[in-house]
Amino acid sequence: MEDQGKAYWFTTLKLIGSILAVWALVSYGFGIVFASALDNISLGGYPMGFWWAHQGAMYVFIALIFIYAKLQDNVDKKFNVHEE
Amino acid sequence: MSLQFLTYLVVGATFALYIGIAIWSRAGSTGDFYVAGGGVHPVINGMATAADWMSAASFISMAGLIAYMGYGGGLFLMGWTGGYVLMATVLAPYLRKFGRFTVPSFFADRYYSRSAPAVAVICLLVASVTYIIGQMTGVGVTFARFLGVTNDMGIYIGMGIVFCYAVFGGMKGITYTQVAQYCVLITAYTIPAIFISFQLTGVPIPQLGLGASLVGEDITLLAKLNQVVTELGFGEYTTALPGSKLNMFVYTFSLMIGTAGLPHVIIRFFTVPTVKDARLSAGWALVFIAILYTTAPAVAAMARLNLHATVSPEITTGAPLIAQGAGLIHEERPDWMKRWEVTGLLRWEDKNNDGRIQYYNDANKNPEFQAKVAAAGWQGNELFVNRDIIVLANPEIALLPNWVIALVAAGGVAAALSTAAGLLLAISSAISHDLLKKIFIPDMSEKAELRAGQISMAGAIVVAGYLGLNPPGFAAGTVALAFGIAACSIFPALMMGIFNKNMCKYGAIWGMAVGLTVTLFYVFAHKGLFFVRGTEYLGLIGGANSFFGITPEAFGGIGALLNFLVAYIVTKITPPPPEHIQAMVENVRTPRGSSVVTGGGGH
Repeated sequence: MEDQGKAYWFTTLKLIGSILAVWALVSYGFGIVFASALDNISLGGYPMGFWWAHQGAMYVFIALIFIYAKLQDNVDKKFNVHEE
Repeated sequence: MSLQFLTYLVVGATFALYIGIAIWSRAGSTGDFYVAGGGVHPVINGMATAADWMSAASFISMAGLIAYMGYGGGLFLMGWTGGYVLMATVLAPYLRKFGRFTVPSFFADRYYSRSAPAVAVICLLVASVTYIIGQMTGVGVTFARFLGVTNDMGIYIGMGIVFCYAVFGGMKGITYTQVAQYCVLITAYTIPAIFISFQLTGVPIPQLGLGASLVGEDITLLAKLNQVVTELGFGEYTTALPGSKLNMFVYTFSLMIGTAGLPHVIIRFFTVPTVKDARLSAGWALVFIAILYTTAPAVAAMARLNLHATVSPEITTGAPLIAQGAGLIHEERPDWMKRWEVTGLLRWEDKNNDGRIQYYNDANKNPEFQAKVAAAGWQGNELFVNRDIIVLANPEIALLPNWVIALVAAGGVAAALSTAAGLLLAISSAISHDLLKKIFIPDMSEKAELRAGQISMAGAIVVAGYLGLNPPGFAAGTVALAFGIAACSIFPALMMGIFNKNMCKYGAIWGMAVGLTVTLFYVFAHKGLFFVRGTEYLGLIGGANSFFGITPEAFGGIGALLNFLVAYIVTKITPPPPEHIQAMVENVRTPRGSSVVTGGGGH
């Protein structure tokens, strides 16, 4: 049981870690650090770096939360700690 | 129908709706009052959270800020939405599982001491009260502009409406009025945006219109805007960045963790039935927020282009913008400019006495640009535009029908009232639950606590109204401070309380104390001790933005990092938390066994 608990928390941390890695990549990475480089690529009428900062990052944030909710729910069920 | 009458009608109808909801959703227990009975559907809670979160600043000021900042304004967009990813992954589900009415309750139990919740209550009160001043002045300004009443009268009306549903309905009344307010404010925001996007680009979806080509021209909107603003000496719109990239990075970080640490937002997640719902609800909140936040940059760019096109008619003819005899003749200015000149938010000063409006960046020191300006006989920028106009006058600039203008008024008021109500609840529950019930009168009955909550709510409304009527000189600078405080004190302590089982009370308290002190030290160095003008001490820290060019508004992020660091070191050298606390943390980490949110034992 103790091991189960540890494994559950480890899996959860790994999941949160990957979600937050994407979160940081699209906002701090694409939207800020690499924005000038990405501006050379155009996305429709948008320079791409500008698009990430003014639009793209927010769309990814929304997707991330729903993906996280779904995956975490699966983890909860797998370790049998979900709410009945 | 006249605009005035229509505005009264629309705003009056929304008020009637809010009061109707208040009568329907009176709070009968402390559970109703603090967490709306704990049975709110995650989508409904998401919508209420969105209204709670989007303040007068989001509705009225943000697009204007972005219009003038260009690319750099993206820090507000990413910062104020990215916090919800943190909320969904590291805070909301665990705090929901913990299952208490307020944020300081978590500090009290998790850090087994009285000083930890006391620090939390102080941070909460400072953050919420400073935040609410901005909402009250927002209500006053909107009323004054659209309803033709005085600023003060506007605040009294706003106080009266909030009183009706917040005092009697508590969280229950607030939740359902916030849902209605969300619908009003999002309609008011998107309708003008759709019209304008369609007029300029032929694409009715603003998010796509921003990346589209202009109607009848072979150039994209953003390319055209870049061309116009650079010709007028401003920074290129899609790359303009006030300050450094590093500052934008830290500022964004500060807003994200500040968002996740604001108590009035966190408590919204105590109203959903399960841990799973808390995660989903954060997602829905962000969906509803993003509808406005992805529209705002489109409104910003389009309004900026419209404004320039109005005062520099040469933009449509293709003639040089800076030339002899260029610029709109003042006598021929459109009606909306005349209307806004009356409010003082728009001002024209004919510096070269040619009767024309010259609107350009006279701070541009490029010698080539200055030579061009001198050759044109321009003697300085002549038009002064308050940034709030970008949203408020937007429908008028685009010549939209009167009912749209009336709707914008109702939307501005809805945004301000919904945020004010959420903040008032955070304040009153901290007083009635964390101070009275937990510390001073532990054996208070539920009925008495409910009454105490209602009385502190009424008191908070009066204080907020007073501060709105007599805003302290520092009011403008303090909303940024609310985020700074939440970022450097509340967020790290909450997160470590969940993710570091060995975090002890000494670590948490020292972390918060150091984070808060260092942040305030840096902010006060720029803005004066407690924002009193003349007491700045920039010399002491080596000049403005001396810490790697970080501005004081962005410094909360640095304070948060220090908080984490100090807490970690102190925990290493002090006794670990008792066994039962560690067990409690274990329990908070798994969803199984979540129960209805309660007040917990009186201790």
